[in-house]
Amino acid sequence: MSGKEAGCAVFIDRQLAGPYGDFERLYMHGPFQDGIPQQGDQSPLTPRQRYRIGLAALNDHCRNELGAPFADLSEEQRDRVLSQLEADEIKLDDIDTPLFFEAILQNTMEGFFADPIYGGNRDMASWRMLGFPGARYDYRDYIERHNEDLGLEPVSIAGRSDWNTQG
Amino acid sequence: MVVGLGWAGAIIANGLVDAGLSVVGVERGPWRDTAKDFNIASVTDELRYSQRQELMLRTAQNTITMRNNPSQTALPMRKWGSFHPGNGTGGAGNHWAGITFRFQPEEFHLRSHLEERYGADSIPDELSLQDWGTDWNEMEPHYDAFEKIAGTSGRAANLISGRQAGGNPFEGVRANDYPTPPLKQPYSPTLFADTAREMGYKPFPVPSSLVSQTYTNPLGVTMGPCTFCGFCTNYGCANYSKASAITTVLPALIRKDNFEARTHCEVLRVTTDSDGRRATGIVYVDSAGRQWEQPAEIVVVAAFTFENVRLMLMSGIGEAYDPATRRGTTGRNYAYQTANSVQLFFDDKNFNPFIGAGAVGMGIDEFNNDNFDHSGLGFFGGGSTRVTPIGAAPIQARPTPPGTPRWGSQWKRATVDNYASTMSIGCEASNYSSPNNYLSLDPTYRDRLGRPLLRITFDFTDNDLKMAQYVTGKVVEIAKRMNPRQMIPSPRTGPWDGRPYQSSHVVGGFIMGVDPSTSSVNKYLQVWDVPNLFVVGASAFPQNPGYNPTGTVGALAFKAADAITKHYLRNPGEMIST
Ligand SMILES: Cc1cc2nc3c(=O)[nH]c(=O)nc-3n(C[C@H](O)[C@H](O)[C@H](O)COP(=O)(O)OP(=O)(O)OC[C@H]3O[C@@H](n4cnc5c(N)ncnc54)[C@H](O)[C@@H]3O)c2cc1C
Ligand code: SF4
Repeated sequence: MSGKEAGCAVFIDRQLAGPYGDFERLYMHGPFQDGIPQQGDQSPLTPRQRYRIGLAALNDHCRNELGAPFADLSEEQRDRVLSQLEADEIKLDDIDTPLFFEAILQNTMEGFFADPIYGGNRDMASWRMLGFPGARYDYRDYIERHNEDLGLEPVSIAGRSDWNTQG
Repeated sequence: MVVGLGWAGAIIANGLVDAGLSVVGVERGPWRDTAKDFNIASVTDELRYSQRQELMLRTAQNTITMRNNPSQTALPMRKWGSFHPGNGTGGAGNHWAGITFRFQPEEFHLRSHLEERYGADSIPDELSLQDWGTDWNEMEPHYDAFEKIAGTSGRAANLISGRQAGGNPFEGVRANDYPTPPLKQPYSPTLFADTAREMGYKPFPVPSSLVSQTYTNPLGVTMGPCTFCGFCTNYGCANYSKASAITTVLPALIRKDNFEARTHCEVLRVTTDSDGRRATGIVYVDSAGRQWEQPAEIVVVAAFTFENVRLMLMSGIGEAYDPATRRGTTGRNYAYQTANSVQLFFDDKNFNPFIGAGAVGMGIDEFNNDNFDHSGLGFFGGGSTRVTPIGAAPIQARPTPPGTPRWGSQWKRATVDNYASTMSIGCEASNYSSPNNYLSLDPTYRDRLGRPLLRITFDFTDNDLKMAQYVTGKVVEIAKRMNPRQMIPSPRTGPWDGRPYQSSHVVGGFIMGVDPSTSSVNKYLQVWDVPNLFVVGASAFPQNPGYNPTGTVGALAFKAADAITKHYLRNPGEMIST
């Protein structure tokens, strides 16, 4: 299953619309200046701005270089562009390429692995893939069963579809 | 008047209330309650609690600035990385891991101990190690009191009544065993302990303030057994199993008539009389932005290391430390923890890594502190070696061998292959204070109220980097014997990086000692020259041994409460004259 099939785009849309989207909880006072790497993210751009500026710049790049916006490229072309973004080999207008790429990678992984209540990880697909049982809260009967596949079905904060029996 | 209702503040407030004083606790964050805030139906949410840092102080309210040395410009930590400060009643104790060590007897006179064992000139100039001015006999009853409040689970090796097998043989002698027996162990700590035992080491269950059975503490507050849910470190506990002020002290304290809690009230400074020799009260701002002045007979500041030091700098208490002259005490001897690890990838094991708890695990102490001979090694200190599987919620817990792509089909395969079969051995090592590492007010960056942020100037010393190599090498020997497919040692290397989480064990800056020219508080946590002001927390540690701090923070809180109620109230004034 791809990130998109898993609902990562829905997840990211919702995150950007909420308090995360404008870093409401974070210290966003200036002066903004580039520091040494160990001083961390010092960008004045909020996630919403990172996506808005980054996606537009990426599409400009793809149109200029490959003749079509990112979404219309072949899967192979898209993978190549993503690799180039990751390696900081594409220069984007108005945004640092790593800042944009890292936001996409982080948020996609969040969407893929977070509880499905946030719109991604559809049908708990990533949890099934890993064998992560999800929102369970009591392993007292399992903790001393060592080196054993416990075969635990995952469960979300919202439950599981086969719990919705008619009655 | 008590500032901050985390571990230290709640313990002291309770002690003073029981002595008949009227106590007001002022807390900048919300009132937190297990049933409403850590509900079992919604607490298992990695995105909310771990990624978005729900329980932590919001940096929009207050953060720190950081740099490695004075030649750099400090910049603000906009998102918590290296550490995760708390907010609201319970403080960082709500989302802590619960590992509850006592420091060893030698720690309290570390400088004297090392000079005696290795020679008067053995301590290099880059280290500013100091004695605490207290000793094991004075500390032991207070450790005991804290463990009883928290219901700490574990097994003692070294009791007054005699030695017993299965505990930590390096512990100082104790009056009592742990209040609750050790937790059950998952697979990875068991495998580690078996191997360590074969090699002649003495593994023991990590002492843990996640209780192993139903427990009612001396205040009459009852806790339930830990269920190893694996949503522990960075989360609140829905089972009343993880000890914090909200599960052990505040439910009793809030029912007492002479206690009042004011939440969403941030203290801005301590006020003093004209010659600065007496605290007259505090100034705080409430959630509506109104400022209040609250007079008080006694002021106790227990606002966690960073804010303890910032409030003292802001209130002009003590002389600000200057690294150029090495004069001044406020901000002096800031230290951290040197976190090392070795990751082990297996083919034939299933660790069920989602079963875990912040403080379940097995450890050994052979390479910690001064438990081994440092002659000729070129460094002092060491670390607590242990396997503590905290759970494996998968936004963060996705170990893959180095060189694995970060997305795409190869990434997916490696992620699936390694999820259940990878474990890690940690070595949480000492961090010895240095004249170059200190806390001060930032000249540029300000909080939402226009007040300077606290600035950290910190880097690992050569001593600590050498120590990190050495102890990680020892862990590698154990790891090899466990026979993994692949093994990745990560000794801590410099410079200190504010991005990855390392530990929230930030200490020093307002330290305890015998000499007012090199310390800020005496052994009763009483501020030199301001006898009705007490500053309590890990800010009092002169350096940091290879252990987690909170057992000692709790013990110091009991020590201060004891000193105030038994001595200070009878004879208000300096409890130690210089
Ligand atoms: C993720 C994590 C894991 C940890 N794991 C462990 C572990 O396994 N073992 C261990 O020993 N330790 C651990 N710790 C450390 C432990 O949480 C702290 O040592 C402990 O909470 C310190 O207690 P305290 O009372 O000094 O501070 P806190 O518990 O932080 O309480 C301080 C309180 O003061 C309030 N406050 C601060 N400033 C103001 C102000 N200006 N006005 C009003 N109120 C204010 C805060 O909101 C807070 O409630 C961990 C910490 C974290 C974050
Ligand atoms: S692991 Fe235990 S102590 Fe930690 S949150 Fe879960 S039940 Fe509570």
